[in-house]
Amino acid sequence: MIKVQNVSKEFSEKLILDDINFSLDKGGITSIIGPNGAGKSTLLSLMARLMPLDQGQISFDDLDIKQTPSGVLAKKISILTQSNHISARLTVLQLVMFGRFPHHKGRPQQADHAHVARMLELMELDEIADRFIDQLSGGQQQRAYIAMILSQDSDYILLDEPLNNLDMKHARNIMKSLRKIADEMNKSIILVIHDINFAAAYSDLFIALKDGKIIVQGSVDDVMTEANIELIYDMQVDIKTIDGKKHAFYYT
Amino acid sequence: MNLKIFLAACLFVVLFVISLMIGVSDFEFSKIFSDDDHLLILMASRIPRNFAIVLTGSSLAIVGVIMQMIAANKFVEPTTAGTMDSAALGILCATLLWPHSGLMFKMLIATLFSLFGSWIFLGIIRRLPVTNPLLVPLVGIMLGGVIGSIATFIAYEADLLQYLSIWINGDFSGILRGRYELLWITFGLSIIAYFIANQLTIVGMGENIATNLGLNYRAIISLGLIIVAMVTAIIVTTVGMIPFIGLVIPNIVNRVVGDNLTKALPIIAYIGAVFTLVCDIIGRLIIFPYEITVSVIIGAIGSAVFIYLILKRPRHV
Repeated sequence: MIKVQNVSKEFSEKLILDDINFSLDKGGITSIIGPNGAGKSTLLSLMARLMPLDQGQISFDDLDIKQTPSGVLAKKISILTQSNHISARLTVLQLVMFGRFPHHKGRPQQADHAHVARMLELMELDEIADRFIDQLSGGQQQRAYIAMILSQDSDYILLDEPLNNLDMKHARNIMKSLRKIADEMNKSIILVIHDINFAAAYSDLFIALKDGKIIVQGSVDDVMTEANIELIYDMQVDIKTIDGKKHAFYYT
Repeated sequence: MNLKIFLAACLFVVLFVISLMIGVSDFEFSKIFSDDDHLLILMASRIPRNFAIVLTGSSLAIVGVIMQMIAANKFVEPTTAGTMDSAALGILCATLLWPHSGLMFKMLIATLFSLFGSWIFLGIIRRLPVTNPLLVPLVGIMLGGVIGSIATFIAYEADLLQYLSIWINGDFSGILRGRYELLWITFGLSIIAYFIANQLTIVGMGENIATNLGLNYRAIISLGLIIVAMVTAIIVTTVGMIPFIGLVIPNIVNRVVGDNLTKALPIIAYIGAVFTLVCDIIGRLIIFPYEITVSVIIGAIGSAVFIYLILKRPRHV
């Protein structure tokens, strides 16, 4: 269970997050949506202790992120931030194995190798496992980073725009894989995602941020209404139900 | 792999023995047991010089890759980040203020100065755009120039320019038994670096990933910088500044084996030692019986390789 209480964040006297409160039960996929600059990435970074939490409290399964040692948190939560530029020259296999570092501390065991192999297969990277990441395309790199985060095997997985750089096929495959991981392994996955239809198709819950505040939250079905989307994004869309799923049409 | 290690060891032994045989004084291996003079030359001059070369070459190469991980930039090393100049300024100040202090004390002061220099350097490069990696060594070289000119000014005023030139121009010809033993500390520091090789590699992936993996990013960076500063200070006090080893060796190694330091660090140390040995042998042979200092030879070869590396950077897809 995630608890976020009274969290606010300021950057140079500008309020980025304004008294955020929510709690999420364990399991499932939650997507944080909202316009650019709403504070989504900041919220994710604060939850994963990448930024100092000045105001408020965040806890995962009663582990307060301020009080728990970082090494313990690394087995509880993992995060992939938006732009990753790794200048170190590593192979895909080495990179993904570093995702296991909180568990093996530098000495990979049988279980670590098995886990890494599973994630490489899941992210369709097994054929390029021995290539250096600086020789890969943007999409392949992105999948390698996701595989690294997934191999960390934490209960809570935070992904900031994981579909960056991915083509349609790989974007769909990754969302399917995330769904599978959430369902079969009982993981909680929290995404920041811009494509509202992708988010709606694979998520259980939506949290919508605007100007640093939670403006709407609830099940995908409840949030996906024309009125809500207009409230969040200041634009009019048509919501149509096709095969029992809601889709937003805004391309024309 | 075992064959490679065997061949590498052979090459090292051959170079080491060749290096032992080169010198102006009359010396032959066959006479070391019959003639005390020959034994003395071997034990007091040739062997210390060879150990100094190997320790300097390997530890400078290791220090280079540590700095590259910390700065997340492939073109950083002690001479392109102002670290060496800071250390030289440190010894100069120690010599001026406490002229009767021992070498160990001067080295400590030099360590503190180079730590401070690295700290300024990191503070500056954090404000540079990541999109232009060549700005980082440019700024570092400028910083080194500023610190170096302060050192030169002080040395000029205090009439210590000759001392300063000894620290600035790395040279193994002055190495004798009793005057190089501090260098063994670099061996210990290199071992420590190997023990935190995984952590250093993760630090090279950036603060976010390091924190995500549960590492204390700042602690690892501090430890890395202390190793860098100590090694630099020891080398400047005993041998003098030697450029480019820390730049060229890691960049060649990472093309082939990558940056996973548990794998790369021993190779970097080995090639650093062999490269320095070869350069020192060349320096002693070109104008025999005179000697060109090793820093000049390494500077010449190193800068050529540096330019090649910049032009032939692996293209990112």
